[in-house]
Amino acid sequence: MNMASPVTSNQETLCSLATELNGVNVVCDFRGVLYLPNSKTLIVSDLHLEKGAAFARRGLLHPPYDTSQTLDKLHQCIDYFAPQTVISLGDSFHDQLGSEFLPEKARSQLKHMQTGRDWIWISGNHDPKPHKSIEGDCMEEVTCETLQLRHEPSDDDKIGEISGHLHPAAVITRRGKSVRRACFATDGNRLIMPSFGATTGGLSLKHKAFKGLFDTKNLFAHVLGKEQIYPISWSKMRG
Amino acid sequence: MATEHVQLPDIFTRWFDSHGWAPRPHQLALLEKAQDGHSSLLIAPTGAGKTLAGFLPSLTDLATRPKSKPGMVKPRLHTLYVSPLKALAVDIERNLTKPVAEMGLPIKIETRTGDTPQHKRQRQKIDPPDILLTTPEQISLLLANGQAELFFKDLKYIIFDELHSLVTSKRGHLLALALSRLRRHAPDLQTIGLSATVANPEDLQRWLVGQKNGEELSEKIVVEGGAKPNITILQTDERIPWSGHSARYAMGNVYEQIKEHQTTLLFVNTRSQAELLFQELWTINEENLPIALHHGSLDASKRRKVEAAMAQNALRAVVATSTLDLGIDWGDVDLVIHIGAPKGASRLAQRIGRSNHRMDEPSKAILVPANRFEVMECKAALDANYIGAQDTPPLLEGAIDVLAQHILGMACAKPFYEHELYEEVISAAPYSNLSQEQFSRIVEFVATGGYALKTYERYARIRKTKDGTWRISNPQIAQQYRLNIGTIIEAPVLNVRLTKRKANGSIGRGGPKLGTIEEYFLEMLAPGDTFLFSGQVLRFEGIRENECLASKTFDESPKIPAYAGGKFPLSTYLAEQVRKMLIDPQSWATLPNQVREWLELQKRVSRMPSHNELLLETFPRNKKHYMIIYPFEGRLAHQTLGMLLTRRLERMHARPLGFVATDYALAIWALDDLGERFKNGLISTSELFHEDMLGDDLEAWLDESWLLKRTFRNCAVISGLIERRHPGKEKTGRQVTVSADLIYDVLRSHEPDHILMQATRADAATGLLDIRRLSDMLLRIKGRIVHQKLDHISPLAVPIMLEIGREPVNGEAQESILLEAAEEFLSEATGHLK
Repeated sequence: MNMASPVTSNQETLCSLATELNGVNVVCDFRGVLYLPNSKTLIVSDLHLEKGAAFARRGLLHPPYDTSQTLDKLHQCIDYFAPQTVISLGDSFHDQLGSEFLPEKARSQLKHMQTGRDWIWISGNHDPKPHKSIEGDCMEEVTCETLQLRHEPSDDDKIGEISGHLHPAAVITRRGKSVRRACFATDGNRLIMPSFGATTGGLSLKHKAFKGLFDTKNLFAHVLGKEQIYPISWSKMRG
Repeated sequence: MATEHVQLPDIFTRWFDSHGWAPRPHQLALLEKAQDGHSSLLIAPTGAGKTLAGFLPSLTDLATRPKSKPGMVKPRLHTLYVSPLKALAVDIERNLTKPVAEMGLPIKIETRTGDTPQHKRQRQKIDPPDILLTTPEQISLLLANGQAELFFKDLKYIIFDELHSLVTSKRGHLLALALSRLRRHAPDLQTIGLSATVANPEDLQRWLVGQKNGEELSEKIVVEGGAKPNITILQTDERIPWSGHSARYAMGNVYEQIKEHQTTLLFVNTRSQAELLFQELWTINEENLPIALHHGSLDASKRRKVEAAMAQNALRAVVATSTLDLGIDWGDVDLVIHIGAPKGASRLAQRIGRSNHRMDEPSKAILVPANRFEVMECKAALDANYIGAQDTPPLLEGAIDVLAQHILGMACAKPFYEHELYEEVISAAPYSNLSQEQFSRIVEFVATGGYALKTYERYARIRKTKDGTWRISNPQIAQQYRLNIGTIIEAPVLNVRLTKRKANGSIGRGGPKLGTIEEYFLEMLAPGDTFLFSGQVLRFEGIRENECLASKTFDESPKIPAYAGGKFPLSTYLAEQVRKMLIDPQSWATLPNQVREWLELQKRVSRMPSHNELLLETFPRNKKHYMIIYPFEGRLAHQTLGMLLTRRLERMHARPLGFVATDYALAIWALDDLGERFKNGLISTSELFHEDMLGDDLEAWLDESWLLKRTFRNCAVISGLIERRHPGKEKTGRQVTVSADLIYDVLRSHEPDHILMQATRADAATGLLDIRRLSDMLLRIKGRIVHQKLDHISPLAVPIMLEIGREPVNGEAQESILLEAAEEFLSEATGHLK
């Protein structure tokens, strides 16, 4: 089956949505993480930890609370799914200095989450080099079941690819009012993850950066709501 | 005005004589005060020779200074002139150069604005002119320079033009702070404020001089208004509509008036009204009269063209918004038409001042109300203009975000001692009540963000050094300060470019730039949608990089309603007048028949409130139950009241569904029979309208409101927390700028009492929410609410009932929009789910 439409939903509302990607069952969760039940793997992308601090280093004193907010949310997801493996799909830190200067409290929270499971940091354009002062394996790409995981969507290798980087968001307009929300974007071949970090913005799926990445006939945005996932087809979006 | 010992140099007397003029008494009076060493406020109507009066002290002083000889130190800056508009500075330069040249005075006059080339600005720093004409932002920039002390040390006069409009904004706060620093560099500096008539001149007099205990005032010179303007309300046989703002019904009459006059200025309150009116006029412009359009969103070159044509008297009419409000001189305007209610008596006076720019001849103006309530409002404004009533808003306490910007600027200039800067800051009138403690908090905010979680010490922008002074951590901070200076925050905009649609459906690339449009408006458009802009109906083709591409279309009516520009709320003074008119049937005689009959009908089938009463009507309609109140406190205050009342009704289980607010009334509808509940005492009106709603209810609502986010963004930019978006310099491709909304969310959940959150709430309370007016009203109507239970809609309720359904959904309804879109899909895809 090569369709991205939702397959099952037992609950009243779609707090997570199961779909299939290159023969692998994947679950899109409304909190912004992807779960692979067969391999008990949790995928999260674009955490942008220490984004506030990265701006502060440049003289813009953004609130220093984004890291703990992002980690708290991730903690909830990890408690909920209890994965064997966690893969952070790049841009885990907003800049390369982020992991080095990570405040002690965040450092120990991270360590607590990592205990008893494998943890992989995929490198991203914001954090291209391995993180030396924290635990976890640092890699450029990783294969999981029949899926290929990397930070930036590739030009040629799209079947079964999961990536991040672009911060996809869906823009929905009704009655003269538009709503922009982060989303999973998938056409059944590839999937692009929403950005997870607390202060990361979204880029409309209609932006030219997404051009040619998807077969728009089958493209769905699984939009993150407050407590549920809203599957919305490409034709319903504007931007 | 006694001016015995004023010294007007002979050369000036001869110059006045040569033109057959004599200096006016107020010009001499101001000169005398200046020569005695006093600062002064000059209040005079348009056309009274205000500008020359303001410059006379400085010109005479410069004319009589000893000739500079070789070997002498070059003279430094003598006079600063500050105006709110760049265009005004340029205009003044032209007007000032003429007398200076005619008298052959050795005075160098230059302008310095954002448009001045870098090399010229650099040269001005080393070799300044005698008189510099500039804007508030430029002064702050000059003050943040290490050489500021030397540059300004000989400054003798500073002239503030249109002071009444400068002081009511955050820009005025920044300027007041700059003035406090200028006084330190040049202790003998004298200020001269030029202003139109204002409600409280003492506010301005305080503003002009350094404060010690809040009592210090400048001198004041008042010139009484010239000839009384001749203002009428448009006479028409057409039916005046119940609601709406287009005044379309009156176009025929308006066109006749344009034909009868030489040059007509047509003022409207919003840009969308300007677009609409312009289009309507051209559809009936059978004689092809040259009628132009002028508003702030149009491309600058287009505006300059209109202004030039105007000055040459080549136009018969110009449709304009507030961009033309201030005192730039134009051609021979002989009629001002004001479409829609003026919303404030002072604004009306200012706009009418544009016609017949000579003080001794009466201006002529016609008011065109767009609906029946506006008829009453126009009538009230008209009475107000005759009695010279003034309703400029009271000055506000100095804003925290502006002070943060100023503190960083001062650190860029040179290291400062906290207590010294504090003393200086509280000498500025808007900040005279600032506590030492609050000031320290703001310094802390500038240094490390002022967060409870102290993790940014290593990234501090300014640091306290061993000698006790605060200084910037590195030179990049100063660079950043310079790029982000100012208090005017534009909404993100995109250029609108006209392109051609090719036969194969593809879109051409280039074409003329028509102007700019707000990003949020474009978010609502899909390719193919039509909208009104720059006087034509355009078809939206798409967004390419930072431009909105649009093509011409032959559709007559745009699909998407034009975007709203700034909308002024009804002023307190006018509201009071309208209320008075409503309760006094005697005064209805002067109203048009159809309006009078409407009010009389209301009196018969419902009632009119008496003095200080608040009328509350309830009636059922289409299975819903409505309650309508008529406070006349302006749309902002009504909107806030609507939010709070629906929350309360919710708690009382009356199941409210929604509300809509206009300048005059508020309508709330519910599933429960509100009328029954009021009548049976199940809901007491005094409880419902109790002023304690401004406590916890307000806090709770504010926290989830999108209004605060918008306000926060401005505070964050001004205070230097986030970077300003520079037009044309936005990063392309991926969005890298951090959304202020996201920062707001993080800050609200972790540190809701952060100083910037305080600043945001304070701003929203005065601006978007109009809390002060609301609380005044709740106090006024306490125990005076009269409930009228009706079976049908009342005549007075018709206008607001027509507004229902026009309001867009608000922020809280976002999830339901998503659900709707998802459900459409679900029913399509599965045919049976949900």
